[in-house]
Amino acid sequence: MYAIVAGGGKVGANVARSLLRLGNEVTLIEQERDRFERLEDEFEHQVQRGDATELHVLERAGIARPPDIVLALTGDDEDNLVISQLAREKYGVGQVIARVNDPRNQAHFDLLGISPTVCSTSSIMALVEHEVPEHDLIHLLELRKENLEIVEVQIDRDSPSAGKRVESLELPDGARLISVMRSGRAEIAVGSTQLEAGDQILAILEPGKEDELRRVLLRR
Amino acid sequence: MKALIIGCGRVGSSIALQLQREGWDVTVVDENEDALTRLGESWPGAFLVGHGMDVDLLRDAGIEETDAVVVSTDGDNTNIVIGQVAQKRFDIGCVVVRILDPARADFYTERGLRVVCPTKTAIDTLMEAVRSCAIPPAKVAS
Repeated sequence: MYAIVAGGGKVGANVARSLLRLGNEVTLIEQERDRFERLEDEFEHQVQRGDATELHVLERAGIARPPDIVLALTGDDEDNLVISQLAREKYGVGQVIARVNDPRNQAHFDLLGISPTVCSTSSIMALVEHEVPEHDLIHLLELRKENLEIVEVQIDRDSPSAGKRVESLELPDGARLISVMRSGRAEIAVGSTQLEAGDQILAILEPGKEDELRRVLLRR
Repeated sequence: MKALIIGCGRVGSSIALQLQREGWDVTVVDENEDALTRLGESWPGAFLVGHGMDVDLLRDAGIEETDAVVVSTDGDNTNIVIGQVAQKRFDIGCVVVRILDPARADFYTERGLRVVCPTKTAIDTLMEAVRSCAIPPAKVAS
């Protein structure tokens, strides 16, 4: 496969190195002179110097072939957005992955249809939430394309849903229970499944329905 | 009529002042507090310090009730993103974006942004000036 990697910082350089080790053809693009010269020692002709948001730089790197994938991994969200748009919409690149540096910019990537994206801050925060649950509802997975997310909820003794069957719960539209984990064993949640204190529930829902789901299951 | 100017450099500040003189209600946003000095000592409009990609700041600046947005920071890609956010997220009909790079200017014009490319304008003006020089025919021949 042929990959263009934009941005030769820690992330970009490591991704390029890994792709090369797997036997792929790679062109890495780095703008900054010092960094480029250091990369050149290792990557030789496989690194080019330039601003990857400039069309002639992308074209020199072979974007018109087009590559199988473009990775927009610079430290600048604006640049990553523009690189992704150019790759996909001007050159017809089939696969683009963009790095989000500031999680507050995620909405801009979503707005402009840039997907998938990777944000290390968000990934770390999701892990923190999972490892040290501060909240009663933990986000496990975001299905961005489907506009759905999977969350985990722990039922406790005071929860209004404890002792109730799934079919008797007034779940909000756009939210369904997937499974119930009880003493280390998971079961698919069906209408007749009875919830008990201590159950860990997986639910799938549309983003924004968390509060309604919380109310039904936990009354909080 | 309300205008929001993002980026208060030489271009942004001049546009802000001119629109204000023409009776517009103008709000200016710049990352740098010192940029306010470009608007003179008695700037009657609003001035907010912050980054134009910050949606909360745009809301504070009243983007939801704005008729026109001019994006003129010193970064082409920043302008491209803010321009699209104003157009697609806030549904502003009149969004004008400055892009210095002619290649990116062409691409985003095709995609429906109202782009002004000062580089292209300069090239055209300079070419016109060169063409209009009266060069003696003898020199042209040699």
